[in-house]
Amino acid sequence: MGYIIETEKITKKYDDFTAVNKVDLEIPEEDIYAILGPNGAGKTTLISMLCTIIKPTSGTAKVNGYNITKEPEKVRASIGIVFQSRALDDMLTGREHLEMHAALYGVPKNIRQKRIEEVLELIALGEKADEYVKTYSGGMKRRLEIGRGLIHHPKVLFLDEPTLGLDPQTRESIWKYIKQLNREEKVTVLLTTHYMEEADKLCDHVAIMNKGQIIKADTPQNLKRELKADTIKVKTENPKEFAEKIQELPGVKEAYNTGNMIKLMVERGENLIPQIVNFATQHNFQIKSVELEHPTLEDVFIKYTGTGITET
Amino acid sequence: MGEIEGIYTIWLREMKRFLRYRSRIVTSIVTPLLWLIIFGTGLGASIRFGGIPGGYRAFIYPGIIGQTILFTSIFSGVSVIIDRQYGFLKEILVAPISRPSIVLGKALGISTASMIQTTILLLLSFLVGVIMTPACFLATMILSLIISMGFGGLGLLIAAFTDSMEGFNLIMSFIVLPIFLLSGALFPITGLPGWLQGAVYMNPLTYGVDALRYTILHRSVFPLGISMILITIFALVMVFAASFIFNTKEQSLM
Repeated sequence: MGYIIETEKITKKYDDFTAVNKVDLEIPEEDIYAILGPNGAGKTTLISMLCTIIKPTSGTAKVNGYNITKEPEKVRASIGIVFQSRALDDMLTGREHLEMHAALYGVPKNIRQKRIEEVLELIALGEKADEYVKTYSGGMKRRLEIGRGLIHHPKVLFLDEPTLGLDPQTRESIWKYIKQLNREEKVTVLLTTHYMEEADKLCDHVAIMNKGQIIKADTPQNLKRELKADTIKVKTENPKEFAEKIQELPGVKEAYNTGNMIKLMVERGENLIPQIVNFATQHNFQIKSVELEHPTLEDVFIKYTGTGITET
Repeated sequence: MGEIEGIYTIWLREMKRFLRYRSRIVTSIVTPLLWLIIFGTGLGASIRFGGIPGGYRAFIYPGIIGQTILFTSIFSGVSVIIDRQYGFLKEILVAPISRPSIVLGKALGISTASMIQTTILLLLSFLVGVIMTPACFLATMILSLIISMGFGGLGLLIAAFTDSMEGFNLIMSFIVLPIFLLSGALFPITGLPGWLQGAVYMNPLTYGVDALRYTILHRSVFPLGISMILITIFALVMVFAASFIFNTKEQSLM
């Protein structure tokens, strides 16, 4: 299978600030691909360049085989975009949004009605489809925006923080919907998120982005497996000294201090807990609590960036 | 084909918005009527205004139509700022359709709204004792179309350089009101002091109002042809300028 998006040292600078720094990215066809990173990591800037909304300072990219700087019209015709911020007109109905979008993207007239019906069914607006958007709930608005992005059968659907500000239930239903689209419509989905869970549950591949750079890209499983590890969180007095000392214990691969606790990267954590407690007593450390965790993407993120995603 | 459909789509949305904001249509009719009936009658009673049947009220009738076109056009153009705040402009700007088509669709939508208002005001011509013939009506509609294209384009231009609706009062005080007051909508433009005369002659709406006065009252300062040419040039320049700015400023508009 080929790559539908390829970037080559794509860079965006604003005066002294480099928002996106020489990013090389390859996104396979029919993938659900997440760019995961904290706010300000450059995710939206990167995606905006791929959508031809902003021009790169240097470097380039191909989307669906078209060069984003030389053939922006062709790129735009092959993609669907759902922006981070709302882009709806309160005084139009859901159906009118779809009709307008279909016309602007040149969906042939004879199949337009059919497409609109299909999308309406998919996004399950029901009778609300013919009411003004101002009466919609947050989830309905989001579904309408996603549905609208699909009317012209794009090859790639860009979703910038698709579930930002939605309640957990709506979030789950949007995930389900994205998966269904990906499977049934064979559309590649590139989304940005700062929800670990979203990247983990929804996506085939995840690229971790921080400070304008892609730090690591792989499947969520591989990323977690690569940590080789469960995590043991230990709370103790003198965490700094303990973090240094505990690395002497066989089986502890890495230890670092996250401020209020120490995280130990270990293999088969459940077997190691007694040893850790013994080790601490021998070296006169007071342990307050021990907690065992199997790895999450958050840990992967912390490992590669040194900070938690939610704190930044 | 794609571009024409694009223009039509943008126009259609503009129309839907216009027709759905009923309060806006009502105000756009009530305001000119207040001017005509209260201001026209009040001032008309205290000054001698010979030469026109219907007197001062009839004299300002074309001027008030010009004013309605001006206000509707500029504010509809400026409403792009709201589209921008709501993010809807993005949705239009990322579509595979050219910037000039977007501007043209928008300008045509604004013109249609202006023409609807002009129609309503022309139907009320009996209030000021002016007789409307089909030919007058048609000529006035054509003028309405050209004038509103120009000021709609100006509104779009202003919107491209304004970030939020907070600039609204500035636009009102420094652009819309001076254009209205300096257009000869409310007073004859001959025999004015030099500085005022100069300002009036610089104002594109002056020629619009003068042409409207010709088609409605059959009297004008400039020949109709000259006024038509000037307002057409103004309309073309504004629409081209707005298209150009939307093209070059595209990124900062999103």
